[in-house]
Amino acid sequence: MDENLTMFEKIWRKHIVSEPTNQPSILYIDLHLVHEVTSPQAFESLRLNKREVRRPDLTIATVDHNITTDETRTQIIKDKIARKQVETIRENCKENNIELFDVWDNEQGIVHVIGPEQGYTQPGMTIVCGDSHTSTHGAFGALAFGIGTSEVEHVLATQTLRQRKPKTMKVDFKGTLSKGVTAKDMILKLIGQIGTAGGTGYVIEYSGEAVQNLSMEGRMTICNMSIEGGARAGMIAPDKITFDWMKGRNKVPKGNDWDKSVKEWKQLETDNKAKFDSYIDLDCDNLEPYVSWGTNPSQVLPISGVIPSPDDFKEILDAQSCQNALVYMGLNTGSKITDIKLDRVFIGSCTNARITDLRSAASIVEGKKVNNNVRAQVMPGSTLTKLQAEKEGIDKIFKSAGFEWRESGCSMCLGMNPDILSPRERCASTSNRNFEGRQGKDGRTHLVSPEMAAAAAIEGHFVDVRDWK
Amino acid sequence: MEKFIKHTGLVVPLDRVNVDTDQIIPKQFLKRIERTGFGIFAFYDWRYLEDGVPNPDFILNNKKYVGSSILIAGPNFGSGSSREHAPWALSEYGFKVIISNSFADIFRNNCMQNGLITIELSNDKIDLLMSNAIKIDNYKLTVDLENQQIYDQFGFESIFDFDEFRKESILKGLDDIGLTLKFEEDIKRYEINDAKIS
Ligand code: SF4
Repeated sequence: MDENLTMFEKIWRKHIVSEPTNQPSILYIDLHLVHEVTSPQAFESLRLNKREVRRPDLTIATVDHNITTDETRTQIIKDKIARKQVETIRENCKENNIELFDVWDNEQGIVHVIGPEQGYTQPGMTIVCGDSHTSTHGAFGALAFGIGTSEVEHVLATQTLRQRKPKTMKVDFKGTLSKGVTAKDMILKLIGQIGTAGGTGYVIEYSGEAVQNLSMEGRMTICNMSIEGGARAGMIAPDKITFDWMKGRNKVPKGNDWDKSVKEWKQLETDNKAKFDSYIDLDCDNLEPYVSWGTNPSQVLPISGVIPSPDDFKEILDAQSCQNALVYMGLNTGSKITDIKLDRVFIGSCTNARITDLRSAASIVEGKKVNNNVRAQVMPGSTLTKLQAEKEGIDKIFKSAGFEWRESGCSMCLGMNPDILSPRERCASTSNRNFEGRQGKDGRTHLVSPEMAAAAAIEGHFVDVRDWK
Repeated sequence: MEKFIKHTGLVVPLDRVNVDTDQIIPKQFLKRIERTGFGIFAFYDWRYLEDGVPNPDFILNNKKYVGSSILIAGPNFGSGSSREHAPWALSEYGFKVIISNSFADIFRNNCMQNGLITIELSNDKIDLLMSNAIKIDNYKLTVDLENQQIYDQFGFESIFDFDEFRKESILKGLDDIGLTLKFEEDIKRYEINDAKIS
């Protein structure tokens, strides 16, 4: 075949069930991840319409969004409405033969952490979940995106989705990262550049030297935040780093099947002459650690930056948005990012709570103490991650520095459980959204990497981790 | 799904950009397992003060806009979380149409699934409608989905884009899953072939 195709196009074509004229294509879904918050109405409606789950074998479920992060959760979830939601997913999974990773299972965790961790997530797959950060799984060269509850129901009933073909964008991260600069900083810089709607309508493929040199965890961080730039999906071609990371995991093929699969997966990468609808280049050689200052993930600055003024923006809407953000965040134009003092530090979420994230953060806090004015917490991305970290003694490092070491779950990333910010509390967070009220009404969120969050916990304000000791 | 054919309604201007779904329906209300009961919590953090009293400064609480069914807002409306609770909350509040310069992908999809009409218009048209809704008392717009037209009684008139397939579904109130299940044979064939390959 002498046609030149992007990785997206290859996966898309392989999954076409039908292309009815004037209708969106019907796309087959290889893996459907389900969680307690966006699924109950889908199951309910399925029941009302007397329909069944078509492929329970391609569906897995977990509880992550609303659960508490203390140990009592295996006995009782105190919040009655949250408990009802958890009980509902238990019943739905049981009734429909869907595997559920529950609060007492080691495999429990944030849905976008456990998929890859257990090897469910594989290159070339189509993966969906009723959660916008499903884009995470694209780090393995899969086409993965978030859907709403009606679409969850559609997938449960038909194992397919109706989709118009998106456009493609290639983002090339050139150069090498300096020490202390991470995948988080790459993606924050990109979103700062293209804006929160810059990727709307696109699937982004990330490439370039800086991406190739990233660990799988780093690649997941980048793909995870694609949605913050408006793109439903982000993807990275699978390579040796991908295969090494996957090999031996629970659900990946074994023996000869593994070799066969790897061979196939290697064919996925975008052909040399394939064309994208849009291109962006970004230089990483001089990239600094990034911090968000505003109330959406495009309002970011390098650590050396100062808080902007609405007058700095050409577009009136951006100026307005800046003005609103300054008021909400309680920040003054002209003050330095490094002068921002913190009340809370949250290391967690599907963006940055995997084992390498925890290792990096731990190496920063080792032998130091959390600042007196700061309450700092770690919520590992999954129970297995937590256990692994404990095996390595990472929990002890955090605890003796004064961090709380808690159970896994989304927790303060979205604050559906009791872990929330109080009004006007200011938090350095390794999560992905700094929207108004995201971590608690009137709470103030600054998005950063785990390294930056860790150093900020010690100092009580932001510091440049590159030259911090 | 509820049908939508043509609707005339009061327009409320929400002059904010990047209105994300966390704003439309904050997370503390996502624990319900029903599709209903979200309307009273729409825009909660903006709509109510800390003690639960309606915030007099928030546009939806302005007497002038009570009973509005068409919301007009700045660009990138519905960004962020994929929660379908957002369109559920907006519909239950009473909105039938959302007009913006641009919408986030997942949000727009979710609206279509619920017969909530999203209309994208150019910046100058948005500015005009926004200022009409502020200046003119009881300012109404009519949205005709069949002909993809939107107009007022003062001479404003525009066509808008709308996905052909979605339009059919919404006009007739069709069930998406039912439509896809007409392709059952294709799905089966795909599954058999796929099983052979792997
Ligand atoms: S950690 Fe945050 S972003 Fe990730 S799935 Fe949970 S709530 Fe969503």
